[in-house]
Amino acid sequence: MQILFQYATPRQFMRISGALLPFTAAAAALAVVLGLWLGFTAPPDYQQGATVTIMFIHVPAAILAEGIYALIALFSLFSLVWRHPLSDVAARAAAPLGALFTALGLVTGSLWGRPMWGTYWVWDARLTSFLLLLFLYLGYMALWNAIEDEIRAARACAILALIGAVNLPIIVYSVEWWNTLHQGESIISGKLAPVFLWPLLVMIAAYGLLFATLWMIRIRTEILKRRARTLMMSGS
Amino acid sequence: MSAFTALLVRDLRLAARSGGSAALALGFFALVATLVPLGIGADLKLLARVAGGVLWVAALLAALLSLDRLFQGDFEDGSLDVIALSPLPLESVSQAKILAHWLSTGLPLTVLSPLLALLFNLPGPATLVLVISLLIGTPAVSAVGAIGASLTLSLRRGGLILPLIVLPLLTPAVIFGAGSVAAVMDGMAPSGGLGLLAAFAVAACLLSPFAAAGAVRLNLGG
Repeated sequence: MQILFQYATPRQFMRISGALLPFTAAAAALAVVLGLWLGFTAPPDYQQGATVTIMFIHVPAAILAEGIYALIALFSLFSLVWRHPLSDVAARAAAPLGALFTALGLVTGSLWGRPMWGTYWVWDARLTSFLLLLFLYLGYMALWNAIEDEIRAARACAILALIGAVNLPIIVYSVEWWNTLHQGESIISGKLAPVFLWPLLVMIAAYGLLFATLWMIRIRTEILKRRARTLMMSGS
Repeated sequence: MSAFTALLVRDLRLAARSGGSAALALGFFALVATLVPLGIGADLKLLARVAGGVLWVAALLAALLSLDRLFQGDFEDGSLDVIALSPLPLESVSQAKILAHWLSTGLPLTVLSPLLALLFNLPGPATLVLVISLLIGTPAVSAVGAIGASLTLSLRRGGLILPLIVLPLLTPAVIFGAGSVAAVMDGMAPSGGLGLLAAFAVAACLLSPFAAAGAVRLNLGG
């Protein structure tokens, strides 16, 4: 771990991410264009019709929404256990992106639900747990913004993120339990045909690359901001 | 008297004398329970149907009211520093404060709940399950709430952020608590929901003192 952190300094990060950024940005743009083209030229599904297209922007958002929360929890652990300052910045920078993907997943999900279920919102187990995930993100971001002292804010938020990560499986389980107690909605399931699978995989890659690019930009901005603040303090 | 009981008794006295947070929470609980029928109509069948959920949510919100002061008062007047210097570990301090909060809000809310269930026309067996579920579940509310209170203790407007942090974490308690009442209403056994609620409460009460102590420590600059 120590060896890993030796290289994960702000200076090293600025150097490596600066070199990587043009490539990830270009790859993200390419993958988005390719994924959207494949998605929109995919034939309509025999059951869902044209609304199947929504899946290509919905499923990757949902995957990232969960994955980013796991990332935040992981970096919070680094920050709490090893007092690693770059991990704080990484966790903080990822949160608004995670909230955005969660919101995107919810919005596209409900737009898909309107023609499919006949209503914008059903209290389906998965929808409900994603709504709660959005609230977890919002609470985390609110705490970051509320505490002025950066180090205190970082530690408090790290504790909150870890508690949220421990509690999230319980929340998901409880929502599923609740949903089976009431009458659940039947979700159309079936194997995915290659015409749908390929655009979906490309879109997942596109979202991942997009997130990586935006995340790096946000971390770089935060590092530069801190440097500027230090300079201003030493100048005055 | 051990340091733990001394702190517990002190916090209970403070809760009883300054502002009477227990009475405020009870008043809030009763008011919300009165407003709901005014809002959704006086259909007794409907009220019995929603009673478990409404009373659980109202009790949860009422318990949250006094949570932001759990550590904040002691932090502002400096007594938290003195408490932190005492031989009692901060984990035990958090435990004492959680227990004091539950004794001064959770328990009175549980005691009042059958009376409010009466207003909602909840049948006897369902009322019994409601009381049991609140008795099991409100300690979890105090415990998880203590984490939120300790994280926000240095904030002037911590009372606004606290619910945003704590409420999503407490959804399982509401689901299992209100769900076991709903199960009785549907003629099913409530034991599944109550068991899961108990498991959640035990986990919350065991783990949260550590998280709360960590958060208090960082806010004291340790």
